[in-house]
Amino acid sequence: MKALLMRDLRLATRAGGGFGLALAFFLIVCTLVPFGVGPEGGQLSRIAPGILWVGALLACLLSLDRIFALDFEDGSLDLLATAPLPLEGAVAIKALAHWLTTGLPLVIFAPVLGVLLHLPSPAYPWLLASLALGTPALSMLGAFGAAVTVGLRRGGLLMSLLVLPLYVPTLIFGAEAVRRGASGADPVTSLVFLAAITLGVLALVPFASAAALRVNLR
Amino acid sequence: MIELGKYAGTVAAAYGASVLLLAGVILQTIRANARARRELEEHENRG
Amino acid sequence: MSIWEYANPVKFMRTSGAVLPWAVAGAAICTVAGLVWGFLTPLDYKQGATVKIIFLHVPAALMAINIWLMMLVTSLIWLIRRHHVSALAAKAAAPVGAVMTLIALITGAIWGQPMWGTWWEWDPRLTSFLILFLFYLGYMALWEAVENPDSAADLTSVLCLVGSVFALLSRYAVNFWNQGLHQGASLSLAPGERMAAVYRYPLYLTMAGFFLLFVALLLIRTRTEIRRRRLAALLAREMRK
Repeated sequence: MKALLMRDLRLATRAGGGFGLALAFFLIVCTLVPFGVGPEGGQLSRIAPGILWVGALLACLLSLDRIFALDFEDGSLDLLATAPLPLEGAVAIKALAHWLTTGLPLVIFAPVLGVLLHLPSPAYPWLLASLALGTPALSMLGAFGAAVTVGLRRGGLLMSLLVLPLYVPTLIFGAEAVRRGASGADPVTSLVFLAAITLGVLALVPFASAAALRVNLR
Repeated sequence: MIELGKYAGTVAAAYGASVLLLAGVILQTIRANARARRELEEHENRG
Repeated sequence: MSIWEYANPVKFMRTSGAVLPWAVAGAAICTVAGLVWGFLTPLDYKQGATVKIIFLHVPAALMAINIWLMMLVTSLIWLIRRHHVSALAAKAAAPVGAVMTLIALITGAIWGQPMWGTWWEWDPRLTSFLILFLFYLGYMALWEAVENPDSAADLTSVLCLVGSVFALLSRYAVNFWNQGLHQGASLSLAPGERMAAVYRYPLYLTMAGFFLLFVALLLIRTRTEIRRRRLAALLAREMRK
């Protein structure tokens, strides 16, 4: 398991692995929004929680197809499926690797973009907390979408259509937590719901993803 | 006659849009079915 | 005699062929009669003539949700018992469900314009219907995209299961996110909240009509899918010769 994790991390971080692409995308989204809505600070700080969350979500989506596509093409996915490690575990590890290379950098990077968008200062801890709690669910659901579409031509576009509706609950509770934090209200309720969704996703979705992978490897 | 009052346009639009959508799906269903049946029959008669 | 006999395509074709004319006739009679009856109802003192839209809106919304439930059940049957007719029925139901969702959304928007003063409001019920529509789209797109029919049935079934959980989750998450404008259940059993009988009975009739319409469309579409599958099987057999 550890070997698989290290291998995926190495593949993602070496040149051409696309590491950092998600961060650049996140930065660009957060740069473009002020061009769209105008530079006025009060307005930006009002919509900053939503933009940061939507931006993180889209950035996460960008690198999802890499989770299984390369391994599917070169056949290592077949080896994984026949390995003693249950496929559910392999899926979870791959989602973890995706989170470590995409989700975690986004979480760390988000406060910088918060400054750009005039996010009110009381919201920062909640931004970090909600992203840290929410992005693992994004990676795991993304792994499910990638597993369903792995064998398809032009699967990337279809995957977005399948995965984005699944992100709705996470987005709602995540952005709500930041918004409440920004306005001084109590964001703990949202965070608890967010954590519940993430834990539920982490516990159950690997089984669905592994089932989809088995179908695609048949 | 049926009284619709000032909302006649609204009601007509709602019914029109719904009937159009339903007619669309019904038509598509019937045509796809006729086509599948024809193709299958052609094939079975040939072979 | 058990329900599983209908998993045999030949048996299904025979029975559905016999049932179909009745379903079509019932759907036509109930829908048309219900809508005409609905048109003859008096104007509501608050909503005026727009109250008549309910005879489309509520049955469509009801079917939109129940068709997804039916797809969930047939997907489970496919995954557990591997009956092809079940998977094909789920495939056949999805476009009808998407159209029902769209009708509910559009009639709701048209009704909302004069009543709430806006075409669209990010109200929990409206929003969750939009999300349901997205799930229908994704489901149908996945059916189209996968070439191997059995793989397609498996993948869409798994998607349907996961999607059901998340559609439900979204339904309650949006409650948290925005308090709604939408009125509560129109057919609540609690006295006093219920709508007047003069609107209720035509509504029941259109609900029955939309249900029968769905049954008729579902049977036809499933028959189409079975014929297509059979044709593909015949062609494949010839190729091998």
